[in-house]
Amino acid sequence: MSAFQKTEAIRSWGRVQNGPHWAAAPHWRDEIPALLGEQAPARAAVLATGLGRSYGDSGLNVGGRALAMTRLNRLIAFDPATGLLRSEAGLSLADLIAFCVPRGFYPPVVPGTSYVTLGGMVANDVHGKNHHAAGTIGRWVTAIDLARSDGSQLRLTPTQHADLFSATIGGLGLTGVMTEIEIRLRPIQSANMEVEDIPFANVEAFFDLARESEGSWEYTVAWIDCVSAGRKLGRGIFTRARHAADGPLEAGPAGARLSMPIDLPRWAFNSASIGLFNEVYWRRKAQRRGTRRQKLTKILFPLDSISRWNRMYGSGGMYQYQCVVPPDSASDAVRALLAQASAAGEGSFLAVLKTFGGVASPGLLSFPMEGATLALDFPNRGERTLALMERMDRVVAEAGGRLYPAKDGRMSSAMFKSGYPNWRRFAAHVDPAFSSGFWRRVMA
Amino acid sequence: MTSNVTARTALILGATSAIAEAVARLFAAEGMRLLLVGRNAGRLQAIASDLTVRGAAAVETEAQDLMTQAEIHPLFDRLAAKLGGRVDYVLICHGYLGDQALAARDQAEADRILAANFSSAALWTLAAAGHLRRQGYGSLVVLGSVAGDRGRRANFVYGAAKAGIATLCEGVAHDFAAGGPKAVVIKIGPTDTPMTAGFDKRGPLWSKPEQVAAVIRRAADGSRPVVYAPGFWRWIMMVIRAIPAPIFNKMSI
Ligand SMILES: Cc1cc2nc3c(=O)[nH]c(=O)nc-3n(C[C@H](O)[C@H](O)[C@H](O)COP(=O)(O)OP(=O)(O)OC[C@H]3O[C@@H](n4cnc5c(N)ncnc54)[C@H](O)[C@@H]3O)c2cc1C
Ligand SMILES: NC(=O)c1ccc[n+]([C@@H]2O[C@H](COP(=O)([O-])OP(=O)(O)OC[C@H]3O[C@@H](n4cnc5c(N)ncnc54)[C@H](OP(=O)(O)O)[C@@H]3O)[C@@H](O)[C@H]2O)c1
Repeated sequence: MSAFQKTEAIRSWGRVQNGPHWAAAPHWRDEIPALLGEQAPARAAVLATGLGRSYGDSGLNVGGRALAMTRLNRLIAFDPATGLLRSEAGLSLADLIAFCVPRGFYPPVVPGTSYVTLGGMVANDVHGKNHHAAGTIGRWVTAIDLARSDGSQLRLTPTQHADLFSATIGGLGLTGVMTEIEIRLRPIQSANMEVEDIPFANVEAFFDLARESEGSWEYTVAWIDCVSAGRKLGRGIFTRARHAADGPLEAGPAGARLSMPIDLPRWAFNSASIGLFNEVYWRRKAQRRGTRRQKLTKILFPLDSISRWNRMYGSGGMYQYQCVVPPDSASDAVRALLAQASAAGEGSFLAVLKTFGGVASPGLLSFPMEGATLALDFPNRGERTLALMERMDRVVAEAGGRLYPAKDGRMSSAMFKSGYPNWRRFAAHVDPAFSSGFWRRVMA
Repeated sequence: MTSNVTARTALILGATSAIAEAVARLFAAEGMRLLLVGRNAGRLQAIASDLTVRGAAAVETEAQDLMTQAEIHPLFDRLAAKLGGRVDYVLICHGYLGDQALAARDQAEADRILAANFSSAALWTLAAAGHLRRQGYGSLVVLGSVAGDRGRRANFVYGAAKAGIATLCEGVAHDFAAGGPKAVVIKIGPTDTPMTAGFDKRGPLWSKPEQVAAVIRRAADGSRPVVYAPGFWRWIMMVIRAIPAPIFNKMSI
C-alpha cells in the first residue's frame, strides 16, 4: 500500500487555488528517504508542506505528492549560552514561542502569524516588522539538513554547500525537504512590548515616520487606508514597538479564542462595508495615542486570536497582493498602487505598508530588498480582481520592484523573471523530483 | 540517572506511540525523570532529545520488543531500578490495530492483534501492578479503546483485545482500592496517529494526540478507574451500548 493517500485537505490560505494531493504525513525523519523514493502514484512530483499559510499556489502541488511536515516537530538541541536551537523542520512557530519565551529568548524574525512552521518560514525567507533591524529569518539560520530525491542527505551551512544553502533559503521548497533547521534565537528580558500608534495623513508622512523610528524602534508597520478617495487616501496608523526591558516572561495563552465558523456570503463584502471598516478602524486607533505595554504575541500576531479568519472573504476566497519597490521610486509607486486599488473600488480591510532596511537577504529567491513593501487583500471577484492586479504589476515592474511568492497565485512568468534576476542560478539547484503549482506556472 | 533524584518519574512502555509521546511532553514540561521503552532505538533517541530540551530532568531509553519477553517481572524490576527504584507513573501504550479482514482468515494476524493489545499489555500490566503494590504508591495508566465497549464488524478482534485489557485494568484498580497505588484504563476515541494513517479524518469525532494526552495526564492523577479520552466518548459509548441488536445490526458504524 502506498503511504500517500488522496486528500482534499491541503489548501491554500487564500482558498482560490486548490485541488487534490497525494499526501503522506511522516512522523519520523527516518521515513523521509523512502517516501521521496516512492514512485506511487506514477512518478508525480513532490513538495513538502507546512501549516498552509501561503496564500496562493507556492505551497501547493495539486495532482502531485505532498509531504505534510507538521508532525516532525521535535526539538533536538538548545544552548542557552548561545541561543542556538536545532529542531525538526515541522515545528510550529507557536510551539517554538511557547518554549523559548519562558527561557528568555525569542525568534529573531517572525511573520504576522504564529501558525507557520520553521520549514515554511525558511522556504519563504520570511520577514517581520523588524526587517530594518534584523533582516530576514535566513540570516539567523546556521544549518539546514536537506533530504533530496537522489537519497542524499546534506547538512547545509553558510560555508558548507553554500550555494545550495542560499538556494534553499527562500527556495520555496523546491530544493528538497528540510528535515532539521538550526537557528539563533535572540535574548529578551520581557514578554511585553512597548507600543505606540501614530496617525499619519499621507504616504509622505509615513516615510518620515519610518525614517524617524528606525533607530530606536525595532518593530514598525503601518495600516493604510486604501479605500477613501481624495485627500483621505493614504492616511493611516503607524505602529512602532520594541521589547520591554523588564517584565514577566510568560508567553501568554496560545491558540485562538474565536473562530470564523462559516464562509461569509459575498454580499458581506462590498465597498460600503470595507469603507466603513476602514473609517471605524481609523477613528478607533487615531484616538488612542501615546505608548502602552502589551504582550508581544498580541502585537505581532493580531489575527491569531480568530482561527480561520480567511473564511471572512467567503467561499470564493481572496488574493493578497504583496510587492516591494526600491527606495527611489517607493513613494511614487505606493501612491500609484493605492490609487489603482481605490479607483477600482476593490479596497481591502487590511492594507499594510512597511519599509525594508538595507540588510541583504541571504536567499537566491528571497523577496525582501531595500525599499517599501505594500500588502493588500482583495476578495476574489474573478476577472475584475485579476485585471486590477495586472495593472498594479505594471506599476511594480516599472518601479523595479517584485512580488512575494508566498502571497501569490497569479503572477506571470515574465513578472517573476524580471523581479528575480537570480532565477536561472536558482533553477540549477531545484531537485528534479520537486515542483509546485507556482513553479510550474512561472517556468511555463 | 543521577541528576535530580527528587524529581518524579515515569516509565513509558511503547514510548514511540504518538499518544505516548504527547503525554511524555507534558511530563517533560513538569521536569520529571523519564524512562522510554520501545523497539526502535533511533526513534526513542529522537523523542529523548526532544523531551530533554523541553525540560525533563533526565531521559533514558531502552530498546525492547514488548511482545517477545518471556521474563517480564524481572525485566520490569530492572527497568524500575534504572529509575532509582522510584516509579511514580507507568504508562502502557503499545498497541497494534491490524487488519480485521485478514484476521478473520489468517491465524497469524489474529494472533498478532490479540498478543499486542491483550496478552502482552496484560502481562506488562500485571508486572507493573506487582511493582507498584510492593512500592506502596504510583499510578498505572493503560491505553484502551472505545472499540472495546461494543463489538462491531469493522474491528472486533482488536476491540475484543481492548475489552480484555480494560477488564484486567479495572480489576487491578479494584485490587488497589484499599489504598496506595492506583490504576486507570483510558478508553481513547479515534485519534490522528500513525495507527490510523490510512483513515479519512474529517469530522468532529477525530482527536489530536495532544487533546488525548491532556486527558491522560489528568487521569493519571485522578481517582477514576475508567476514563474516556476525549470525555465526550463516555456519552457516545453509553448510547452505542444501549442500541438494541436488531437496530445495531443494520448500522454501518
Ligand atoms: C496572517 C498571515 C500573516 C503573514 N505575515 C507574513 C509576514 O509578515 N512576513 C512574511 O514573510 N510572511 C508572512 N506570511 C506568509 C507566511 O509566513 C509564509 O507563507 C510561510 O511560508 C507559511 O509557512 P507554512 O508553514 O504555513 O508553510 P506552507 O505555506 O505550507 O508552505 C510554504 C512553503 O514552504 C515550503 N516548505 C514547508 N515546509 C518545508 C520543509 N520542511 N522543507 C522544504 N520546504 C518546506 C513549501 O514547499 C512552500 O513552498 C503571512 C501569512 C499569513 C496567513
Ligand atoms: N489512534 C487511535 O485512534 C487509537 C484509538 C484508541 C486507542 N488507541 C491506542 O492507543 C495506543 C497508542 O497508539 P497510537 O495511536 O499512539 O498509535 P502509534 O503511534 O502507531 O503507536 C503504537 C505504538 O505501539 C508500538 N508497539 C507495537 N508493538 C510493539 C512491540 N511489540 N514492542 C514495542 N512497541 C510496540 C509501536 O512501536 P513501533 O513504532 O516500533 O511500531 C508504536 O509506537 C495503542 O494502544 C492504541 O491501541 C489508539
